[in-house]
Amino acid sequence: MSGNLAQAYAPLLIHLLVALGLSAILLILSSLIGQHRPTREKMQPYECGITPVGDAREPFDVKFYLVAMVFILFDVEAVFLYPWAYVFRELRWFGFTEMLLYILILLAGYVYLWKKGALDWNPSKTQRDRQT
Amino acid sequence: MNDTIARSILVVSLVKVVVLLFLVLTAVAYLVWFERKVAAHIQGRWGPYRVGPHGLLQPLADGVKFLLKEDATPAGVDRFLYFSAPLLTMTLAISAIAMIPFGPASIHIFGIATPLVIANISVGLLAIFAITSVGVYGVALGGWSSNSKYSLLGGLRSSAQMISYELSLTLSVVGILLLAGTFNLSELIMRQDGYTWGHLPKWNLLNPTFPQILGFFCYFVAAIAETNRAPFDLAEAESELVAGYHTEYSSFKFAMFFLGEYASMITVACLASILFLGGWLSPFPQTPGLDWTRYLPAGVLAVAGVALIIHGVRYINVFGRIALPVLGVILGALSFLCSQPGVIDDIQGPFWFLAKVLFVLFVYVWVRWTLPRFRYDQLMRFGWKVLFPVALLNVILTSLAVVMRK
Repeated sequence: MSGNLAQAYAPLLIHLLVALGLSAILLILSSLIGQHRPTREKMQPYECGITPVGDAREPFDVKFYLVAMVFILFDVEAVFLYPWAYVFRELRWFGFTEMLLYILILLAGYVYLWKKGALDWNPSKTQRDRQT
Repeated sequence: MNDTIARSILVVSLVKVVVLLFLVLTAVAYLVWFERKVAAHIQGRWGPYRVGPHGLLQPLADGVKFLLKEDATPAGVDRFLYFSAPLLTMTLAISAIAMIPFGPASIHIFGIATPLVIANISVGLLAIFAITSVGVYGVALGGWSSNSKYSLLGGLRSSAQMISYELSLTLSVVGILLLAGTFNLSELIMRQDGYTWGHLPKWNLLNPTFPQILGFFCYFVAAIAETNRAPFDLAEAESELVAGYHTEYSSFKFAMFFLGEYASMITVACLASILFLGGWLSPFPQTPGLDWTRYLPAGVLAVAGVALIIHGVRYINVFGRIALPVLGVILGALSFLCSQPGVIDDIQGPFWFLAKVLFVLFVYVWVRWTLPRFRYDQLMRFGWKVLFPVALLNVILTSLAVVMRK
Protein backbone atom coordinates (compact mmCIF):
# COMPACT_ATOMS: atom_id res chain seq x y z
CA MET A 1 0.00 0.00 0.00
CA SER A 2 2.72 2.45 1.01
CA GLY A 3 4.62 1.53 -2.14
CA ASN A 4 1.57 2.33 -4.25
CA LEU A 5 1.06 5.60 -2.43
CA ALA A 6 4.65 6.61 -3.06
CA GLN A 7 4.27 5.60 -6.71
CA ALA A 8 1.17 7.79 -7.07
CA TYR A 9 2.47 10.83 -5.23
CA ALA A 10 6.16 10.85 -6.22
CA PRO A 11 5.39 12.29 -9.69
CA LEU A 12 3.39 15.10 -8.06
CA LEU A 13 6.31 15.91 -5.80
CA ILE A 14 8.68 15.89 -8.78
CA HIS A 15 6.32 18.19 -10.66
CA LEU A 16 6.16 20.64 -7.74
CA LEU A 17 9.96 20.67 -7.39
CA VAL A 18 10.56 21.18 -11.12
CA ALA A 19 7.95 23.95 -11.23
CA LEU A 20 9.55 25.65 -8.22
CA GLY A 21 13.00 25.33 -9.76
CA LEU A 22 11.82 26.75 -13.07
CA SER A 23 10.16 29.73 -11.39
CA ALA A 24 13.24 30.38 -9.26
CA ILE A 25 15.54 30.20 -12.30
CA LEU A 26 13.37 32.70 -14.18
CA LEU A 27 13.33 35.04 -11.17
CA ILE A 28 17.12 34.91 -10.77
CA LEU A 29 17.71 35.18 -14.53
CA SER A 30 15.64 38.34 -14.82
CA SER A 31 17.45 40.01 -11.93
CA LEU A 32 20.81 39.05 -13.49
CA ILE A 33 20.03 40.09 -17.09
CA GLY A 34 17.85 43.11 -16.37
CA GLN A 35 19.48 46.50 -15.96
CA HIS A 36 19.67 48.19 -12.57
CA ARG A 37 19.71 52.00 -12.50
CA PRO A 38 18.04 52.85 -9.20
CA THR A 39 17.30 56.44 -8.33
CA ARG A 40 15.70 57.68 -5.16
CA GLU A 41 12.50 58.70 -6.93
CA LYS A 42 12.22 55.45 -8.83
CA MET A 43 12.44 53.39 -5.67
CA GLN A 44 9.54 55.18 -4.03
CA PRO A 45 6.24 53.33 -3.95
CA TYR A 46 3.91 54.48 -6.70
CA GLU A 47 1.37 57.06 -5.66
CA CYS A 48 0.27 58.76 -8.88
CA GLY A 49 3.60 60.58 -9.22
CA ILE A 50 3.42 62.62 -6.02
CA THR A 51 5.57 61.99 -2.93
CA PRO A 52 4.03 59.15 -0.89
CA VAL A 53 2.02 60.30 2.09
CA GLY A 54 2.27 58.33 5.33
CA ASP A 55 2.80 54.62 5.72
CA ALA A 56 1.24 52.10 3.34
CA ARG A 57 0.52 49.59 6.09
CA GLU A 58 -2.40 51.45 7.53
CA PRO A 59 -5.31 49.89 9.40
CA PHE A 60 -7.97 48.67 7.02
CA ASP A 61 -11.65 47.88 7.13
CA VAL A 62 -12.62 45.19 9.63
CA LYS A 63 -14.97 43.78 6.97
CA PHE A 64 -12.08 41.89 5.38
CA TYR A 65 -11.42 40.12 8.66
CA LEU A 66 -15.09 39.30 8.99
CA VAL A 67 -15.19 37.77 5.52
CA ALA A 68 -12.22 35.56 6.38
CA MET A 69 -14.00 34.36 9.52
CA VAL A 70 -17.28 33.62 7.75
CA PHE A 71 -15.34 31.88 5.00
CA ILE A 72 -13.72 29.50 7.45
CA LEU A 73 -17.12 28.61 8.93
CA PHE A 74 -18.72 27.80 5.62
CA ASP A 75 -15.65 26.23 4.06
CA VAL A 76 -15.59 23.69 6.86
CA GLU A 77 -19.17 22.92 5.87
CA ALA A 78 -18.11 22.39 2.27
CA VAL A 79 -15.28 20.14 3.43
CA PHE A 80 -17.77 18.02 5.39
CA LEU A 81 -19.94 17.71 2.29
CA TYR A 82 -17.09 16.07 0.35
CA PRO A 83 -16.78 12.77 2.25
CA TRP A 84 -20.59 12.72 2.58
CA ALA A 85 -20.93 12.95 -1.20
CA TYR A 86 -18.33 10.20 -1.59
CA VAL A 87 -20.33 7.62 0.43
CA PHE A 88 -23.77 9.01 -0.35
CA ARG A 89 -24.84 6.07 -2.53
CA GLU A 90 -24.56 3.68 0.43
CA LEU A 91 -26.18 5.99 2.99
CA ARG A 92 -29.31 6.70 0.89
CA TRP A 93 -32.21 8.32 2.83
CA PHE A 94 -30.32 8.23 6.14
CA GLY A 95 -27.47 10.26 4.65
CA PHE A 96 -29.88 12.61 2.95
CA THR A 97 -31.86 13.50 6.10
CA GLU A 98 -28.69 13.77 8.20
CA MET A 99 -27.09 16.17 5.78
CA LEU A 100 -30.32 18.13 5.33
CA LEU A 101 -30.42 18.72 9.10
CA TYR A 102 -26.76 19.77 9.05
CA ILE A 103 -27.33 22.18 6.17
CA LEU A 104 -30.43 23.63 7.84
CA ILE A 105 -28.49 24.37 11.03
CA LEU A 106 -25.83 26.12 9.01
CA LEU A 107 -28.46 27.97 7.01
CA ALA A 108 -29.80 29.39 10.29
CA GLY A 109 -26.35 30.88 10.85
CA TYR A 110 -26.30 32.13 7.28
CA VAL A 111 -29.68 33.88 7.71
CA TYR A 112 -28.41 35.43 10.95
CA LEU A 113 -25.33 36.78 9.16
CA TRP A 114 -27.51 38.11 6.36
CA LYS A 115 -29.86 39.91 8.79
CA LYS A 116 -26.93 41.27 10.79
CA GLY A 117 -25.57 42.82 7.58
CA ALA A 118 -22.28 40.92 7.68
CA LEU A 119 -22.64 40.22 3.97
CA ASP A 120 -23.34 43.86 3.00
CA TRP A 121 -20.47 45.95 1.74
CA ASN A 122 -22.09 49.30 1.25
CA PRO A 123 -22.80 51.00 4.59
CA SER A 124 -26.24 50.16 5.96
CA LYS A 125 -28.86 52.86 6.49
CA THR A 126 -28.13 53.30 10.21
CA GLN A 127 -24.39 53.65 9.53
CA ARG A 128 -25.07 56.30 6.90
CA ASP A 129 -27.31 58.20 9.27
CA ARG A 130 -24.62 58.11 11.94
CA GLN A 131 -22.04 59.52 9.54
CA THR A 132 -24.14 62.54 8.52
CA MET B 1 14.97 -5.18 -8.86
CA ASN B 2 12.76 -2.85 -6.83
CA ASP B 3 15.37 -0.15 -7.14
CA THR B 4 15.48 -0.27 -10.93
CA ILE B 5 11.68 -0.05 -11.13
CA ALA B 6 11.67 2.93 -8.79
CA ARG B 7 14.44 4.60 -10.79
CA SER B 8 12.67 4.05 -14.11
CA ILE B 9 9.43 5.47 -12.69
CA LEU B 10 11.40 8.48 -11.50
CA VAL B 11 13.02 9.02 -14.89
CA VAL B 12 9.75 8.57 -16.78
CA SER B 13 7.88 11.02 -14.57
CA LEU B 14 10.73 13.51 -14.81
CA VAL B 15 10.54 13.35 -18.62
CA LYS B 16 6.76 13.74 -18.48
CA VAL B 17 6.97 16.68 -16.08
CA VAL B 18 9.51 18.53 -18.24
CA VAL B 19 7.50 17.92 -21.43
CA LEU B 20 4.22 18.95 -19.77
CA LEU B 21 5.70 22.10 -18.24
CA PHE B 22 7.18 23.06 -21.61
CA LEU B 23 3.80 22.52 -23.27
CA VAL B 24 1.94 24.40 -20.54
CA LEU B 25 4.25 27.42 -20.71
CA THR B 26 3.97 27.47 -24.52
CA ALA B 27 0.20 27.16 -24.23
CA VAL B 28 0.13 30.01 -21.71
CA ALA B 29 2.21 32.21 -24.02
CA TYR B 30 -0.10 31.51 -26.95
CA LEU B 31 -3.18 31.91 -24.77
CA VAL B 32 -2.07 35.50 -24.24
CA TRP B 33 -1.74 35.87 -28.02
CA PHE B 34 -5.14 34.21 -28.49
CA GLU B 35 -6.78 36.53 -25.97
CA ARG B 36 -5.28 39.62 -27.60
CA LYS B 37 -6.44 38.44 -31.03
CA VAL B 38 -10.00 37.63 -29.86
CA ALA B 39 -10.19 40.91 -27.92
CA ALA B 40 -9.01 42.82 -30.97
CA HIS B 41 -11.55 41.19 -33.26
CA ILE B 42 -14.35 41.79 -30.74
CA GLN B 43 -13.42 45.46 -30.81
CA GLY B 44 -12.96 45.59 -34.61
CA ARG B 45 -9.15 45.79 -34.49
CA TRP B 46 -6.46 43.47 -35.85
CA GLY B 47 -4.47 42.79 -32.68
CA PRO B 48 -0.78 41.76 -32.76
CA TYR B 49 0.40 41.82 -36.36
CA ARG B 50 4.00 43.06 -36.46
CA VAL B 51 6.16 40.41 -34.79
CA GLY B 52 6.03 37.46 -37.15
CA PRO B 53 3.09 36.62 -39.42
CA HIS B 54 -0.19 37.45 -37.63
CA GLY B 55 1.85 38.31 -34.55
CA LEU B 56 2.70 34.64 -34.00
CA LEU B 57 6.13 35.49 -32.55
CA GLN B 58 4.68 38.10 -30.20
CA PRO B 59 4.79 35.81 -27.11
CA LEU B 60 8.50 35.21 -27.70
CA ALA B 61 9.18 38.94 -28.05
CA ASP B 62 7.19 39.64 -24.89
CA GLY B 63 9.14 37.03 -22.94
CA VAL B 64 12.52 38.42 -24.00
CA LYS B 65 11.37 41.94 -23.22
CA PHE B 66 10.21 40.91 -19.73
CA LEU B 67 13.63 39.39 -19.06
CA LEU B 68 15.55 42.45 -20.25
CA LYS B 69 13.46 45.07 -18.44
CA GLU B 70 14.78 46.89 -15.39
CA ASP B 71 14.30 44.79 -12.28
CA ALA B 72 13.29 47.50 -9.83
CA THR B 73 12.70 46.64 -6.18
CA PRO B 74 11.08 49.57 -4.41
CA ALA B 75 12.50 50.77 -1.10
CA GLY B 76 10.71 49.65 2.03
CA VAL B 77 9.43 46.32 0.71
CA ASP B 78 9.58 43.17 2.78
CA ARG B 79 12.18 41.54 0.55
CA PHE B 80 11.54 37.88 1.38
CA LEU B 81 7.78 38.08 0.98
CA TYR B 82 8.10 40.44 -1.99
CA PHE B 83 10.10 37.85 -3.93
CA SER B 84 8.28 34.78 -2.70
CA ALA B 85 4.84 36.05 -3.78
CA PRO B 86 5.40 35.76 -7.57
CA LEU B 87 7.39 32.56 -7.03
CA LEU B 88 4.47 31.02 -5.13
CA THR B 89 1.87 32.22 -7.63
CA MET B 90 3.65 30.79 -10.66
CA THR B 91 4.78 27.53 -9.03
CA LEU B 92 1.28 26.68 -7.82
CA ALA B 93 -0.43 27.79 -11.02
CA ILE B 94 1.70 25.50 -13.19
CA SER B 95 1.56 22.63 -10.66
CA ALA B 96 -2.20 22.06 -10.48
CA ILE B 97 -2.12 20.76 -14.05
CA ALA B 98 -0.18 17.67 -12.90
CA MET B 99 -3.43 15.93 -11.94
CA ILE B 100 -5.20 16.56 -15.26
CA PRO B 101 -5.56 13.44 -17.46
CA PHE B 102 -5.31 14.36 -21.15
CA GLY B 103 -6.56 11.11 -22.63
CA PRO B 104 -7.44 7.50 -21.90
CA ALA B 105 -4.56 5.96 -23.87
CA SER B 106 -1.06 5.27 -22.61
CA ILE B 107 2.10 6.60 -24.21
CA HIS B 108 5.46 4.82 -24.35
CA ILE B 109 8.59 6.43 -22.96
CA PHE B 110 11.75 4.25 -23.06
CA GLY B 111 9.48 1.26 -23.61
CA ILE B 112 7.47 1.85 -20.45
CA ALA B 113 3.74 2.40 -20.95
CA THR B 114 2.55 5.35 -18.92
CA PRO B 115 -0.82 7.14 -18.86
CA LEU B 116 -1.32 10.69 -20.14
CA VAL B 117 -1.33 12.12 -16.64
CA ILE B 118 1.52 12.91 -14.25
CA ALA B 119 -0.07 12.11 -10.90
CA ASN B 120 -3.06 9.79 -11.19
CA ILE B 121 -3.94 9.97 -7.50
CA SER B 122 -7.21 8.84 -5.97
CA VAL B 123 -8.03 12.29 -4.58
CA GLY B 124 -7.05 14.25 -7.69
CA LEU B 125 -9.92 16.70 -7.42
CA LEU B 126 -9.13 17.54 -3.79
CA ALA B 127 -5.45 17.93 -4.61
CA ILE B 128 -6.23 20.43 -7.39
CA PHE B 129 -8.44 22.48 -5.08
CA ALA B 130 -5.78 22.32 -2.36
CA ILE B 131 -3.09 23.62 -4.70
CA THR B 132 -5.19 26.34 -6.31
CA SER B 133 -6.54 27.65 -3.01
CA VAL B 134 -3.02 28.23 -1.69
CA GLY B 135 -2.70 30.65 -4.62
CA VAL B 136 -4.48 33.29 -2.57
CA TYR B 137 -1.27 33.64 -0.53
CA GLY B 138 0.59 34.93 -3.57
CA VAL B 139 -1.94 37.72 -3.95
CA ALA B 140 -2.17 38.59 -0.26
CA LEU B 141 1.60 38.50 0.35
CA GLY B 142 2.38 40.41 -2.85
CA GLY B 143 -0.09 43.12 -1.90
CA TRP B 144 1.09 43.45 1.66
CA SER B 145 4.85 43.27 1.11
CA SER B 146 4.97 45.93 -1.64
CA ASN B 147 4.64 48.86 0.79
CA SER B 148 2.23 50.64 -1.53
CA LYS B 149 -1.34 51.64 -0.75
CA TYR B 150 -2.65 50.47 -4.09
CA SER B 151 -1.01 47.08 -3.66
CA LEU B 152 -2.36 46.66 -0.16
CA LEU B 153 -5.92 47.53 -1.16
CA GLY B 154 -5.72 45.36 -4.27
CA GLY B 155 -4.32 42.42 -2.31
CA LEU B 156 -6.96 42.71 0.40
CA ARG B 157 -9.84 43.03 -2.01
CA SER B 158 -8.56 40.22 -4.11
CA SER B 159 -8.01 37.79 -1.25
CA ALA B 160 -11.47 38.52 0.18
CA GLN B 161 -12.94 37.94 -3.25
CA MET B 162 -11.00 34.74 -3.84
CA ILE B 163 -11.98 33.12 -0.55
CA SER B 164 -15.62 34.17 -0.99
CA TYR B 165 -15.90 32.60 -4.40
CA GLU B 166 -13.86 29.56 -3.43
CA LEU B 167 -16.79 28.56 -1.26
CA SER B 168 -19.16 28.42 -4.21
CA LEU B 169 -16.46 26.72 -6.29
CA THR B 170 -16.06 23.85 -3.82
CA LEU B 171 -19.84 23.55 -3.33
CA SER B 172 -20.62 23.54 -7.05
CA VAL B 173 -18.56 20.38 -7.50
CA VAL B 174 -20.34 18.41 -4.74
CA GLY B 175 -23.16 17.65 -7.20
CA ILE B 176 -20.67 15.89 -9.47
CA LEU B 177 -19.32 13.87 -6.53
CA LEU B 178 -22.85 12.80 -5.60
CA LEU B 179 -23.43 11.50 -9.10
CA ALA B 180 -20.03 9.84 -9.56
CA GLY B 181 -18.88 8.93 -6.07
CA THR B 182 -15.15 9.28 -6.79
CA PHE B 183 -12.43 11.91 -6.52
CA ASN B 184 -10.20 10.43 -9.21
CA LEU B 185 -10.38 12.56 -12.34
CA SER B 186 -9.95 9.67 -14.80
CA GLU B 187 -12.76 7.73 -13.12
CA LEU B 188 -14.92 10.84 -13.07
CA ILE B 189 -14.64 10.91 -16.86
CA MET B 190 -15.36 7.18 -17.24
CA ARG B 191 -18.60 7.57 -15.27
CA GLN B 192 -19.83 10.01 -17.92
CA ASP B 193 -19.55 7.46 -20.71
CA GLY B 194 -22.73 6.47 -22.55
CA TYR B 195 -25.63 8.19 -24.29
CA THR B 196 -29.18 9.03 -23.25
CA TRP B 197 -31.69 8.06 -25.98
CA GLY B 198 -28.79 6.88 -28.10
CA HIS B 199 -27.44 10.30 -28.99
CA LEU B 200 -27.34 12.75 -26.07
CA PRO B 201 -24.01 12.22 -24.26
CA LYS B 202 -24.29 11.41 -20.52
CA TRP B 203 -21.91 14.21 -19.55
CA ASN B 204 -22.55 15.62 -16.10
CA LEU B 205 -23.91 18.78 -17.68
CA LEU B 206 -26.67 16.63 -19.24
CA ASN B 207 -26.75 13.87 -16.64
CA PRO B 208 -30.05 11.90 -16.85
CA THR B 209 -30.38 11.73 -13.05
CA PHE B 210 -30.01 15.44 -12.48
CA PRO B 211 -28.41 17.71 -15.12
CA GLN B 212 -25.66 19.78 -13.51
CA ILE B 213 -26.64 22.99 -15.28
CA LEU B 214 -26.86 24.98 -12.03
CA GLY B 215 -23.60 23.42 -10.90
CA PHE B 216 -21.87 24.35 -14.14
CA PHE B 217 -23.12 27.93 -13.90
CA CYS B 218 -21.84 28.23 -10.31
CA TYR B 219 -18.55 26.56 -11.17
CA PHE B 220 -17.85 28.78 -14.14
CA VAL B 221 -18.79 32.08 -12.46
CA ALA B 222 -16.85 31.17 -9.32
CA ALA B 223 -13.87 30.07 -11.39
CA ILE B 224 -13.78 33.37 -13.28
CA ALA B 225 -13.81 35.21 -9.94
CA GLU B 226 -11.25 32.80 -8.48
CA THR B 227 -8.78 33.55 -11.27
CA ASN B 228 -9.43 37.31 -10.91
CA ARG B 229 -10.66 37.76 -14.45
CA ALA B 230 -13.12 40.31 -15.77
CA PRO B 231 -15.94 40.96 -14.91
CA PHE B 232 -14.50 40.10 -11.47
CA ASP B 233 -11.02 41.64 -11.93
CA LEU B 234 -11.47 43.94 -8.95
CA ALA B 235 -7.93 43.10 -7.87
CA GLU B 236 -6.54 45.13 -10.72
CA ALA B 237 -9.31 47.60 -11.40
CA GLU B 238 -7.11 50.00 -13.38
CA SER B 239 -9.40 52.96 -12.92
CA GLU B 240 -9.16 52.89 -9.13
CA LEU B 241 -6.20 50.75 -8.05
CA VAL B 242 -3.62 51.26 -10.85
CA ALA B 243 -2.71 47.54 -11.13
CA GLY B 244 -3.84 46.19 -7.78
CA TYR B 245 -1.55 43.85 -5.90
CA HIS B 246 1.17 43.80 -8.58
CA THR B 247 1.51 47.59 -8.93
CA GLU B 248 5.07 47.55 -7.59
CA TYR B 249 6.26 44.52 -9.53
CA SER B 250 8.37 44.95 -12.64
CA SER B 251 10.18 42.83 -15.24
CA PHE B 252 9.81 39.07 -14.89
CA LYS B 253 8.28 39.24 -11.42
CA PHE B 254 5.27 40.89 -13.03
CA ALA B 255 5.35 38.34 -15.84
CA MET B 256 5.14 35.56 -13.26
CA PHE B 257 1.86 36.89 -11.90
CA PHE B 258 0.71 37.17 -15.49
CA LEU B 259 1.77 33.62 -16.37
CA GLY B 260 0.15 32.38 -13.17
CA GLU B 261 -3.18 33.96 -14.10
CA TYR B 262 -3.20 32.37 -17.54
CA ALA B 263 -1.98 28.99 -16.28
CA SER B 264 -4.82 28.89 -13.76
CA MET B 265 -7.21 29.75 -16.58
CA ILE B 266 -6.00 26.64 -18.38
CA THR B 267 -6.39 24.50 -15.25
CA VAL B 268 -9.93 25.81 -14.68
CA ALA B 269 -10.85 25.12 -18.30
CA CYS B 270 -9.40 21.57 -18.09
CA LEU B 271 -11.33 20.93 -14.89
CA ALA B 272 -14.55 22.31 -16.41
CA SER B 273 -14.22 19.96 -19.35
CA ILE B 274 -13.45 16.99 -17.08
CA LEU B 275 -16.17 17.60 -14.52
CA PHE B 276 -19.01 18.83 -16.69
CA LEU B 277 -18.24 18.23 -20.34
CA GLY B 278 -17.14 14.60 -20.36
CA GLY B 279 -13.38 15.17 -20.59
CA TRP B 280 -11.91 13.16 -23.43
CA LEU B 281 -15.18 11.45 -24.41
CA SER B 282 -16.44 12.07 -27.93
CA PRO B 283 -19.84 13.77 -28.22
CA PHE B 284 -20.77 11.30 -30.97
CA PRO B 285 -21.70 7.66 -30.25
CA GLN B 286 -19.53 5.25 -32.23
CA THR B 287 -22.44 3.69 -34.17
CA PRO B 288 -22.00 2.68 -37.83
CA GLY B 289 -23.82 5.80 -39.03
CA LEU B 290 -21.51 8.13 -37.09
CA ASP B 291 -18.28 6.22 -37.68
CA TRP B 292 -16.91 9.02 -39.83
CA THR B 293 -16.48 11.23 -36.72
CA ARG B 294 -13.30 9.27 -35.99
CA TYR B 295 -11.73 11.16 -38.87
CA LEU B 296 -12.65 14.58 -37.43
CA PRO B 297 -9.20 15.24 -35.87
CA ALA B 298 -7.48 14.53 -39.17
CA GLY B 299 -10.12 16.54 -41.04
CA VAL B 300 -9.81 19.61 -38.85
CA LEU B 301 -6.03 19.56 -39.13
CA ALA B 302 -6.20 19.09 -42.92
CA VAL B 303 -8.62 22.01 -43.39
CA ALA B 304 -6.48 24.23 -41.15
CA GLY B 305 -3.33 23.22 -43.05
CA VAL B 306 -4.82 23.89 -46.50
CA ALA B 307 -6.27 27.22 -45.33
CA LEU B 308 -2.86 28.24 -43.97
CA ILE B 309 -1.11 27.34 -47.24
CA ILE B 310 -3.65 29.19 -49.41
CA HIS B 311 -3.60 32.25 -47.15
CA GLY B 312 0.15 32.07 -46.57
CA VAL B 313 1.33 32.30 -50.17
CA ARG B 314 -0.46 35.67 -50.50
CA TYR B 315 0.80 37.10 -47.18
CA ILE B 316 2.08 40.69 -47.22
CA ASN B 317 5.73 40.00 -46.38
CA VAL B 318 8.29 37.40 -47.42
CA PHE B 319 8.72 35.89 -43.96
CA GLY B 320 5.01 35.19 -43.73
CA ARG B 321 4.94 33.80 -47.28
CA ILE B 322 7.51 31.22 -46.18
CA ALA B 323 6.52 30.57 -42.54
CA LEU B 324 2.75 30.19 -42.94
CA PRO B 325 2.84 27.60 -45.78
CA VAL B 326 5.53 25.64 -43.89
CA LEU B 327 3.21 25.62 -40.86
CA GLY B 328 0.39 24.51 -43.15
CA VAL B 329 2.48 21.62 -44.50
CA ILE B 330 3.31 20.55 -40.91
CA LEU B 331 -0.40 20.54 -40.05
CA GLY B 332 -1.08 18.54 -43.22
CA ALA B 333 1.54 15.95 -42.22
CA LEU B 334 -0.01 15.74 -38.75
CA SER B 335 -3.41 15.28 -40.33
CA PHE B 336 -2.06 12.40 -42.43
CA LEU B 337 -0.54 10.89 -39.29
CA CYS B 338 -3.85 11.21 -37.44
CA SER B 339 -5.71 9.24 -40.11
CA GLN B 340 -3.37 6.23 -39.83
CA PRO B 341 -4.96 3.11 -38.30
CA GLY B 342 -2.41 2.86 -35.45
CA VAL B 343 -2.81 6.46 -34.36
CA ILE B 344 -6.45 7.28 -35.03
CA ASP B 345 -7.79 5.64 -31.85
CA ASP B 346 -5.12 7.14 -29.61
CA ILE B 347 -5.72 10.64 -30.93
CA GLN B 348 -9.49 10.70 -30.22
CA GLY B 349 -9.16 11.35 -26.46
CA PRO B 350 -6.66 14.22 -26.54
CA PHE B 351 -8.44 15.77 -29.54
CA TRP B 352 -11.84 16.01 -27.87
CA PHE B 353 -10.30 17.03 -24.57
CA LEU B 354 -8.34 19.88 -26.14
CA ALA B 355 -11.33 20.91 -28.24
CA LYS B 356 -13.47 21.29 -25.10
CA VAL B 357 -10.71 23.10 -23.22
CA LEU B 358 -10.27 25.49 -26.12
CA PHE B 359 -13.99 26.15 -26.22
CA VAL B 360 -14.11 26.93 -22.47
CA LEU B 361 -11.08 29.21 -22.84
CA PHE B 362 -12.77 31.03 -25.72
CA VAL B 363 -15.87 31.63 -23.56
CA TYR B 364 -13.57 32.90 -20.81
CA VAL B 365 -12.01 35.47 -23.14
CA TRP B 366 -15.37 36.29 -24.70
CA VAL B 367 -16.88 37.05 -21.27
CA ARG B 368 -13.94 39.26 -20.35
CA TRP B 369 -14.27 41.48 -23.38
CA THR B 370 -18.06 41.64 -23.32
CA LEU B 371 -19.10 42.39 -19.73
CA PRO B 372 -18.23 45.51 -17.69
CA ARG B 373 -16.57 45.15 -14.30
CA PHE B 374 -18.65 44.69 -11.13
CA ARG B 375 -18.51 47.20 -8.30
CA TYR B 376 -16.95 45.71 -5.17
CA ASP B 377 -20.12 45.65 -3.07
CA GLN B 378 -22.00 44.11 -6.00
CA LEU B 379 -19.33 41.46 -6.30
CA MET B 380 -19.47 40.46 -2.67
CA ARG B 381 -23.26 40.57 -2.60
CA PHE B 382 -23.45 38.36 -5.67
CA GLY B 383 -20.94 35.88 -4.27
CA TRP B 384 -22.54 35.51 -0.85
CA LYS B 385 -26.22 36.12 -1.52
CA VAL B 386 -26.72 34.55 -4.95
CA LEU B 387 -23.97 32.13 -5.85
CA PHE B 388 -23.63 30.46 -2.43
CA PRO B 389 -27.38 29.67 -1.97
CA VAL B 390 -27.65 28.50 -5.58
CA ALA B 391 -24.68 26.16 -5.17
CA LEU B 392 -26.18 24.79 -1.95
CA LEU B 393 -29.56 24.34 -3.64
CA ASN B 394 -27.84 22.38 -6.38
CA VAL B 395 -26.31 20.06 -3.77
CA ILE B 396 -29.67 19.42 -2.10
CA LEU B 397 -31.57 18.89 -5.37
CA THR B 398 -28.89 16.57 -6.75
CA SER B 399 -28.80 14.46 -3.59
CA LEU B 400 -32.60 14.26 -3.63
CA ALA B 401 -32.57 13.12 -7.26
CA VAL B 402 -29.89 10.50 -6.55
CA VAL B 403 -31.83 9.14 -3.56
CA MET B 404 -35.13 9.01 -5.46
CA ARG B 405 -33.61 7.21 -8.41
CA LYS B 406 -32.07 4.36 -6.47
